[in-house]
Amino acid sequence: MTETTIQETVDIVETVDDRPTGFRAQLAEFWSYFSENRGAVIGLFFFIGVVVIAVFADFVAPHLPNEQFRDALLQPPFWQAGGDFKFLLGTDAIGRDMLSRLIYGSRYSLFIGCIVVSISLVVGVILGLMAGFFRGRVDTFIMRIMDVVLAFPSLLLALVLVAILGPSLINAMIAIAIVQQPHYVRLTRAAVMSEMTRDYVTAARVIGVKSLRLMFITILPNCMAPLIVQAALSFSTAILDAAALGFLGMGAQPPTPEWGTMLAEAREFILRAWWVVTFPGVAILTTVLAINLMGDGLRDALDPKLKRS
Amino acid sequence: MNGEIVLEAENLTRHYQVERGTFKKPAILKALDGASFKLVKGKTLAVVGESGCGKSTLARLVTMIEQPTSGELKIDGTNIITADQGTLNKLHKKVQIVFQDPYGSLNPRQKIGHALGEPLLVNTSMTRQERREAALKMISLVGLRPEYYDRYPHMFSGGQRQRIAVARALMLNPEIIVLDEPVSALDVSIQAQVLNLIATLQEQFNLAYMFISHDLSVVKHIADEVMVMYLGKPVESGSRDTLFEKPHHPYTRALLSATPVADPFRTKERIVLSGELPSPIAPPPGCAFHPRCPYMTEICKGASPELREIDGCMVACYHPKTY
Amino acid sequence: MPLLEIENLSVTFQTAGGQFTAVDQVSLNIEPGEVVSIVGESGSGKSVSMLALMGLLPWTATITADELRFDGTDMQTIAKPELRKIIGSKMAMIFQEPMTSLNPCFTIGFQLTEALKIHLGMNRAERKKRAIDLLDLVGIPEPNKRLSAFPHQLSGGMNQRVMIAMAISCDPQLLIADEPTTALDVTIQAQILDLLLNLQKEKGMSLVLITHDMGVVAETAERVAVQYAGQQVEKQLVRGLFSEPHHPYTQALLNSLPERSNSRILPSIAGVVPGQFDKPVGCLFSPRCQYATDLCRSTPPRAASLEFGRALCHYPLADGIPTNYPEEVKA
Repeated sequence: MTETTIQETVDIVETVDDRPTGFRAQLAEFWSYFSENRGAVIGLFFFIGVVVIAVFADFVAPHLPNEQFRDALLQPPFWQAGGDFKFLLGTDAIGRDMLSRLIYGSRYSLFIGCIVVSISLVVGVILGLMAGFFRGRVDTFIMRIMDVVLAFPSLLLALVLVAILGPSLINAMIAIAIVQQPHYVRLTRAAVMSEMTRDYVTAARVIGVKSLRLMFITILPNCMAPLIVQAALSFSTAILDAAALGFLGMGAQPPTPEWGTMLAEAREFILRAWWVVTFPGVAILTTVLAINLMGDGLRDALDPKLKRS
Repeated sequence: MNGEIVLEAENLTRHYQVERGTFKKPAILKALDGASFKLVKGKTLAVVGESGCGKSTLARLVTMIEQPTSGELKIDGTNIITADQGTLNKLHKKVQIVFQDPYGSLNPRQKIGHALGEPLLVNTSMTRQERREAALKMISLVGLRPEYYDRYPHMFSGGQRQRIAVARALMLNPEIIVLDEPVSALDVSIQAQVLNLIATLQEQFNLAYMFISHDLSVVKHIADEVMVMYLGKPVESGSRDTLFEKPHHPYTRALLSATPVADPFRTKERIVLSGELPSPIAPPPGCAFHPRCPYMTEICKGASPELREIDGCMVACYHPKTY
Repeated sequence: MPLLEIENLSVTFQTAGGQFTAVDQVSLNIEPGEVVSIVGESGSGKSVSMLALMGLLPWTATITADELRFDGTDMQTIAKPELRKIIGSKMAMIFQEPMTSLNPCFTIGFQLTEALKIHLGMNRAERKKRAIDLLDLVGIPEPNKRLSAFPHQLSGGMNQRVMIAMAISCDPQLLIADEPTTALDVTIQAQILDLLLNLQKEKGMSLVLITHDMGVVAETAERVAVQYAGQQVEKQLVRGLFSEPHHPYTQALLNSLPERSNSRILPSIAGVVPGQFDKPVGCLFSPRCQYATDLCRSTPPRAASLEFGRALCHYPLADGIPTNYPEEVKA
């Protein structure tokens, strides 16, 4: 009798969502949500363009970034009088091609973004997981430290750290990563605390899942959506902060063609040679804008509440 | 072997400290205050009560997620309060749980095949292939198709998810399953399917069930023994038939009266209680039920009544109905 | 004249996957002072039809009906300002989740008097007095104190009483209760249902009780309409429905109730309610019906006569047996 009852239930016409669940299918579903936001798609393509340029800089750039052309100092861009097609965007005060410097500079910006986001994401997630999971004293300890970090104006704190460690690109990146920490920690902690109340976490406990697996394999994947969005948006913040530090002379040092450092070197030429100042600024602006648009699109695509049934 | 006692609980209590700000002493929340019962293989104990009665706390204690503040809890003869961590880990496999909310009890990011394999991954040294086979077998046992192995929980309906939850509870071959309102969130026709599944599995595997519910019509159908709780204390417990035919405690009678019956011709004892369910932080003195009880007298405000045996049931009341 | 006349109401939603018919040709007439229940499981469209009547559906919904009249007024062609005068005062609704139906940022008193201000134009003193009277009427102790309380400070049962007080504040002729007790404990549920029925008798208003609980239907309503997958499959007096259901779905639903069975295994209804994409051709219940024939699977049924409870079935049941059933299939 037992067998027939259960057998009956197996043969019944039960409809189940039949969509494929492989990785490609999920990617396709994600893309269909993401692509609804035109700004996000434009941002994504622009960003991919920047990445391609950075990777293939050796082939794309017409000259080397530090090559000086002594007979073409402060030459204006090609569409102005005195310009030349040899230096499409003009040259700077010591005769280096602007376009090539910008192209090679993209490498630094992307590098900065990747490293900073990776460090702060990994460390921030771990700290946030511990704070949200263990609560009590661990939570208080971690969050108070984060509160102290947050209390400093981010740029000042980065300046102090760089002043202690010495001015260089690597130190600037470490400083920015530390400053961005609290955002990830807070986000992760909030997400973890809300997921902990759900039944599936209790169910995992009853099955015998121990703390480590519970944190990283059961809970963490369900907290990723806001973290991914935060990572995308803080990518652009990292570039801006590095540029600001470079502008102040505390980040990448000359002759590195980092966009912020290029701005610092060009300060005195604002009136005389506008192109030396404007183009690095425009490069920073457009890249950051593209990343922010992408981040917006990511958030809309990953937010389950906005998904239609 | 049928009739074997797998769990014995004696005066289980669970108190929580509730912070009330930096300047006040923390209050004590008596979520569970003295529950004693036995679970028998092949039989179902139903725990009945409303919000604040302590049934969820009881579930957490029996599944050993939390330790009781006092009292004794023996699973398969082992006293879990004095047991060491190694023994406790082994005991985990014997007690599993099915939750009320089919939408929250499965990890949204885990394919159900992996969710079913996880208990085996954590507790045994089975290979991936062995785990997969065990999961597939369990999937068909609960009436789902094997090709559902790779699907995510959101692709299933509520009734199907509950089946998956039941399957997960069975993966470790437990002796006891705690069912925390497993059908309350389901439609009536799906309720019947899941109840049938639960009943069939109990027979097949000789499982002991602790069935927590507020729905007396479901309890009447599935229970062998019933324990009625109010504000952390059991107020009446006995066999299903006795409790439904001859309820003694005023609260049990009120519950029976309040449960809607799908029969317009049936008349029943009409008791509508006044007042709200009290808060467990500040329970009324004496018998916790006395502010709402139609038979309340002075003695009820004094000491809390003890459980006494009447007609084969244990009743905690100064004025129980006699038959 | 009936207070509410609904004839062939249909509601379709525009979704990502196309048009979805949530309510399909539902008809219901309600007399003044009547208690009617609409019962169905999830996906039956029982709430949607009433929300359509109140004009509370989103823009993606398209409402069509032959007749949609309230107290003689045509609700389909009514102007928005006129509609606002009816909704909330002459026709009121209470919802399932008392903890989320009230605005958590405002006090009970504020929310209660809002309706009074808009519909009855009372001044502050009059409103306060009426609010206290209303809270007293619905059985809330110490009503003066409660006026300045916030929703989260009250229990679920109390909040539901406040909702009821808000709904009856302007003496409506029709009160629609959408699963008002599903989220409440059993003893509180009994109190709330008691309250609703007492108020209904006292004020002589009509009550529409939407629920999935057959027990609640049996104990409160006079007439009942059963809905399945958006269609109205049966409509008759409550006493008749429980003793002699005319539609196979109603019969199967009643049989699957634990309290009506004596054996350990319940006669459950196999399968699930059809969703948006798998609506069967022919009768919507045919994949799950034990009496289904080829006719059922190919042709949508028409509503039977009044004596068969307007059952939407080719072979409506009489005494539990399908009528006009073809001989060959019986074997």
